[in-house]
Amino acid sequence: MEKLLSKYFIPGKTFTLAEYEQDGIAAFASIPPAASQTGRLESGGGYQAARSMFEKFPDPKLLIEEVKKSNLRGLGGAGFPPGMKWSLVPQNTGKPVYLVVNADEGEPGTFKDKYILRHNPHLLLEGMMIAAYANNVHKAYIYIRGEYTEPWQKLVRGVEEAYAKGYLGKKIFGKDFALEIVVHRGAGAYICGEETGLLESLEGKKGFPRLKPPFPAVVGLFGCPTVINNVETLSYLPFILNRGSEWFAKLGSAKNGGLRLFSVSGHVAKPGIYELPLGISLREIIYTHAGGIRGGRKLKAVVPGGLSAAIFKADEIDVGMDFDQLRAKQTMAGSAGVIVLDETTCMVKALYVTMRFYGHESCGQCSPCREGTGWVSKILKRVSEGRGRTGDVNNLLDICSFMGGTTICALADGAAMPLCSYLEKFREEFEYYIQHGKSMVDGTALETETALVH
Amino acid sequence: MPKLTIDGKEIEVAPGTRVIEAAKQAGVDVPYYCYHPGLSIAGNCRMCLVEIEKTPKLQIACHIQAGEGMVVKTNTEKVLKTRQHVLEFLLVNHPLDCPVCDQAGECWLQDYYMKHGLYDSRVSEDKIKKPKAVSIGPTVMLDAERCILCSRCVRFCDEVSHTSELGIINRGDHGEIAVFPEKELNNPYSGNVVDICPVGALTDKDFRFKMRVWYLKSKDSICNGCSRGCNIQVQYNLDRPHHTGGDRVMRLKPRFNENVNKWWMCDEGRYGYPYHDHNRILTPRKREGAAVRDMTWDEILPEVTRKIEAAGTKLAVLVSPQLSNEELFLAREIFRGKLNVKDMILLSPNGDGFQDDFLIRADKNPNTRGAEALGFAGDAKTLADLAARISQGSVTGLVIFGQDIYERFEKLGLKADLSKLAWTVFIGSNHNRASEAASYLLPSATYVEKEGTFTNCDSRVQKFNKVLEPLAESRPETRILLDLAACLGVPFSYAETQDLFHELSLRETLFKGLTYESLAEGGSDIRTMAAPTAPVLQQFDNIL
Repeated sequence: MEKLLSKYFIPGKTFTLAEYEQDGIAAFASIPPAASQTGRLESGGGYQAARSMFEKFPDPKLLIEEVKKSNLRGLGGAGFPPGMKWSLVPQNTGKPVYLVVNADEGEPGTFKDKYILRHNPHLLLEGMMIAAYANNVHKAYIYIRGEYTEPWQKLVRGVEEAYAKGYLGKKIFGKDFALEIVVHRGAGAYICGEETGLLESLEGKKGFPRLKPPFPAVVGLFGCPTVINNVETLSYLPFILNRGSEWFAKLGSAKNGGLRLFSVSGHVAKPGIYELPLGISLREIIYTHAGGIRGGRKLKAVVPGGLSAAIFKADEIDVGMDFDQLRAKQTMAGSAGVIVLDETTCMVKALYVTMRFYGHESCGQCSPCREGTGWVSKILKRVSEGRGRTGDVNNLLDICSFMGGTTICALADGAAMPLCSYLEKFREEFEYYIQHGKSMVDGTALETETALVH
Repeated sequence: MPKLTIDGKEIEVAPGTRVIEAAKQAGVDVPYYCYHPGLSIAGNCRMCLVEIEKTPKLQIACHIQAGEGMVVKTNTEKVLKTRQHVLEFLLVNHPLDCPVCDQAGECWLQDYYMKHGLYDSRVSEDKIKKPKAVSIGPTVMLDAERCILCSRCVRFCDEVSHTSELGIINRGDHGEIAVFPEKELNNPYSGNVVDICPVGALTDKDFRFKMRVWYLKSKDSICNGCSRGCNIQVQYNLDRPHHTGGDRVMRLKPRFNENVNKWWMCDEGRYGYPYHDHNRILTPRKREGAAVRDMTWDEILPEVTRKIEAAGTKLAVLVSPQLSNEELFLAREIFRGKLNVKDMILLSPNGDGFQDDFLIRADKNPNTRGAEALGFAGDAKTLADLAARISQGSVTGLVIFGQDIYERFEKLGLKADLSKLAWTVFIGSNHNRASEAASYLLPSATYVEKEGTFTNCDSRVQKFNKVLEPLAESRPETRILLDLAACLGVPFSYAETQDLFHELSLRETLFKGLTYESLAEGGSDIRTMAAPTAPVLQQFDNIL
């Protein structure tokens, strides 16, 4: 299967600007044959797409149309088509338009952007140039997750290379088009990956998501129209421009163009990043690509799209992994973080750990999320310590149904989805734990004293 | 003008109106904590979630703008259930220490629980501990456990006082209000954060544990602390002297007036009330040399009358910008009109103070504009001239309205040998050096013990009400002046303050067209009075 982004993911290697620019990656002796099978980049090298876009799309609107036709979806998690997003940006406000790259990859189970930044930051930079040209942006920000120290170093070096080469700055590629890029590091808050929380944080404030409307496209960074895209989304743009939107659209499923990077973790034989077409079945990801369940055990459950997605039971994995098919199954494609749980997993403890995360990461603005996530994790902690009570499950389900859909941002929904789905799909495990004071799976309970508290 | 339907009631509102305000206009009650019409929209409490037709999720009424044809429902089962759950969330970590909480009785958590909650508690987890009884400034105490993080106080300090002392630290249910390092909440408007705190998180040091709020009574008034004339409520209690040490006024609260102070008042005004109950002059008193004798009003007024009559042209009257329009008018009618006193001089009992570009004015008197409008002046030259004539002995009798002339003359650099005065009559409410030296002490009421009007710095005439009876033997200046006029043989037939205002409005061009009734309670509706008077008012505002 063809690799686009992931062919650059060579252990221990970071592509320099010169290497990326060179005509095809097969030129590098260090690249193992498997990675070089696709041979030359059809584009004729890195930065060709950005270099040629000025002539190819004299009107940036045509570029937006091209991206729309590719069916590229927002790969940060929401799946909102970037072409559509761009066409909502007003160009007549008299204010600058900013491009902000969301590199605050914080969704548990997701580690794809890290690979791009670490192995080839130029993919992102070229994608940013394309998005900047499409949206008449002359200043762009990359908000990178604080914990990503090595990727940040690689990214900064990439930006420096691009400046040194004149690919960034006053006249990119010698064209009358300026683009400045600022790299900004986050400080470790999950909520700063929510796009408006990110903007607040970038403005130097506490990462409190904003009320919408107005949407960032209209009132975003520093009150100006702002395009916010994910690292991976932007990184596919050079390929779309080089090889055409129809080619890209055909790679995926209906209305879900192209490939995407699935971060597969958990109890599989070969965890890692798999670049696969949208719409591929979950079963194929787990059993064909990730080597099946480790140690020959049985599959128990799968989180399909990052921790915030509703969980699947083992018999629900014959599903196409794209935004629309997963939505139809009451879960989401999200950030494509596939977390595989085998039969040894205690769902009660797993849910406790999950909910502790949301309780810890809720920004605390909206009452239902601030109090709900904390309350739920305390109940689950008590249950996990063997002190559950009759009625806990019903209470949790009730709390869950009023936590989601009532808040400014989607964090509470993201907490409610696993909560509801774990409880509904594995209810007997919870009831057993409450009744017996220990896990149905491993026969133990968390010790009260040593239980993790946040 | 979008037309929308809220709970079946059709209403047309101005473009941009939030649904929560449209609901208010339609008489539909939507509960809220974080929303405040004077602050930006935070949308965090989620109490005001309502159903909007064709919108799948519930929407917060404080943020959504009214749209043409919008159909809003605030009482569906989904809304009511959600509201109940939001309230439950807000109380998950609330300490429920109502019995020792000063907010009890005016707490929005209590009120909304009774109205929208009424569920059985199912919280059995340990609550999060946060700091309690933390002094965050000279006026305010913080209890972080009671806080619902609505951020009203933070927004007030950012947007209204522009001082930004407060922020929310930590995250999630560990979030708490705090002052920034090395700061304290000490801006000139700090007390307002207590007013807008819907729960017991921010309480007023001045009022804490003084009285349960349900014992308070309240009446509308106007602050006399400066020439802004902020609209206020005087909150008092008369039934529990064993708790209050006999004090009657317990606290002042701002009252909304779109044109004057909006929702706010300054700390100087807010905490400036103790003089109503302290250091008061309680009975008429006469001083002869070192001998001091309490007298009845019936005894003292004839004596004062004889002194005034005897003084002739050697009499001077120092009126004060603390007096109401009616009192100034009456004093003028008696002394200038009937007795032909040339020296009627306006003397402020205080000097200029702090001023800002928001509410606080340098002129610490409520009625300087009114006094000027009634023809009183007190420029430096006039005062210097008076001082000279006192020293020369050509002014020997002085009627003072509360001013401490010793202090004022000193501060103003006026060289006067006040010992040359044969007598002084001091009409005032509180003791000072001048009252102690006065030959005749006539105790007057404070502004909460009488009614009348003040004209503020923007020429807005506002009515203040009598909240309390005058303390002990003290009497309103109008009563004192009317009785004095009768003794002087120049009686007036005004029975009420209202009559005086009526006369004033007939006689004074600038007050023409105003009626006492039209000023409404505290003048909050002064510009939207009945049609015939409104244009005159407008004119009045422009002229003055």
